Amino acid sequence: MPLLEYEALHVALPGMARPILDGVSLSVAEGEAVALVGESGSGKSVTARAALGLFPDGAETGGQVRVDGAELVGADAATLRAVRTSKASMIFQDPRAGINPVRRIGDFLTEQLRLVGGRSRAEAEARALELLGAVGLPDPPRHLRQYPHQMSGGMLQRVMIAGALTAEPRLLLCDEPTTALDVTTQAEIMSTLRRLQRDDGLGLLLITHDLDLAAATCDRIYVMYAGRIVETGTAAGLLAAPRHPYTAGLLGSSPPLDGPLTRLVPVPGTPMSLAESAPGCAFADRCRFVRPGLCDQAPPALAPVGTGLVACHRAEELTALGGPATAPDPATPALAATPALAAPATEENR
Amino acid sequence: MTTDPGLPLQVSGLRKSYPAGRTPVVAVDDLSFSLRPGGALGIVGESGSGKTTTARMLVGLERPDQGEILVQGTPLAARTRGRAARLARAKAVQMVFQDPYLSLDSRLSIGATVDGVLRLHGSLSPSDRAARVRELLAQVGLGDREAAALPRRLSGGQRQRAAIARALAVEPTVLVLDEAVSALDVSVQAQVLNLLSDIRRDTGIGLVFVSHDLAVVRYVCDEALVMYRGRTVEHQPVADLLASPRHPYTRLLLASVPRLGWNPDAIAGQRRDLAATDTPAA
Repeated sequence: MPLLEYEALHVALPGMARPILDGVSLSVAEGEAVALVGESGSGKSVTARAALGLFPDGAETGGQVRVDGAELVGADAATLRAVRTSKASMIFQDPRAGINPVRRIGDFLTEQLRLVGGRSRAEAEARALELLGAVGLPDPPRHLRQYPHQMSGGMLQRVMIAGALTAEPRLLLCDEPTTALDVTTQAEIMSTLRRLQRDDGLGLLLITHDLDLAAATCDRIYVMYAGRIVETGTAAGLLAAPRHPYTAGLLGSSPPLDGPLTRLVPVPGTPMSLAESAPGCAFADRCRFVRPGLCDQAPPALAPVGTGLVACHRAEELTALGGPATAPDPATPALAATPALAAPATEENR
Repeated sequence: MTTDPGLPLQVSGLRKSYPAGRTPVVAVDDLSFSLRPGGALGIVGESGSGKTTTARMLVGLERPDQGEILVQGTPLAARTRGRAARLARAKAVQMVFQDPYLSLDSRLSIGATVDGVLRLHGSLSPSDRAARVRELLAQVGLGDREAAALPRRLSGGQRQRAAIARALAVEPTVLVLDEAVSALDVSVQAQVLNLLSDIRRDTGIGLVFVSHDLAVVRYVCDEALVMYRGRTVEHQPVADLLASPRHPYTRLLLASVPRLGWNPDAIAGQRRDLAATDTPAA
């Protein structure tokens, strides 16, 4: 049984044109690092929060989310409390937003250990020292007496990881944990998270907008667009041969650090907002391989292509052409013979 | 420094410190560089390295303690008195900030914002201004619909392109961009990066591009300057910097970029070694 399992999770807010999450299924096993990659508004944070039973106010929910066997959709307060205090913890983007600036680090770390863990003050402090050491902070006794403002962002993020560990969770949910930090600090935080996953067998769900970071640190990747999983596979497989035009578009949008430098091919347009909806594939109006009459009819379902799963009406066809990253541009004569393949010119398609 | 009116930007011996307790914090220490016509310089570093302070000094938002900034051989006024001096400085250097939502007036349409700049800086008739607004917005890929919209009706990428159009309206000698693409979604970031390389090709404006992202700097710039704790630790053509980084901090920065087969443990160790040496000697 996976540690974390989503089955067709559906979250919708009344008055919005499309659901925030539309049939999201994913899983994280014990000791596995999994990334959920998406742009702003894709629903990746809502997905992560659902693993703690946190849903937007007034949202209609459907489907299932299980953490270590406990169902969270429609769960009662006792179940939610049990999951939040001992099974799953979350780390957020901005460590300063999640800690009381006028209390010492020691107070922050020992509060849960004493209130929930039932430890005495001395026992809680001993455990807090252990945890600060475990996340790689150099001088735990001194840090226990420090205030948040006396620490750098990277150090404070490690305090937040230590705080998440006080619950002794089996699952760590990390929502853009390094986005607010310097690249060199990012490596330290990811090294700490990986050590917890590898040595202590924690399941890790990394929420990020950075496909390269996901591939560098996780075993498997899910790519999300407009509330749906559009592609999933192993990190190496997905990066080497993306099957969904959106995944290929994301990879083609970031300039490379080495190799030849060619003009970037941006994904035209902007990600779909909650006020917009599409009868067919949500990515269709930004996709250079869109085929009217096919892509705008019904949303594509996730289906096996190669070693992964892809939700694209033309996935098999594009794979036969070499994949969306290298398939000839629809504007070239070979493909343009089928008039339906020609990409519509938009003002942002530049 | 020899004054060269042929160079869009010359910076020499720039220093800025802030009072902090007994010993002031030196944010930028002895920074010198020059920008050749049509050149683009990337300033790379981590938070606290002094790169944003540098950008702010270049546009006159901070006054340097020491050093000189020359735009086409003319010193950038440290203090401006009167309308003419302010306009002259705005004409010399323009800036695009990280967050276009905060840097555009939320109550003015994009078209009105650009028009306001033209009204301040030129003597065009209202109809000529309208034509120029359309031309400037078209250059950054925005049409009439976006021109009539308030900033909040536009996406992040469109807002950032509007901010670039506003800066270009002044026809500045130098354009400073401070983390101008960092807040954008990856797929949208590429649209703005291509726009910047088009601007370089078409206008010959000198660019100073402040960023923490080496890959983005490689795409936009031909030279890169690496700052570490306020000091320049390396300044090379981008290709050379990436192929043979000389300073340990530059090597750390390169190793830190996530990729397949990445080893964050080794990078963390490398970072501790660098912090232990404590001297940013070049």
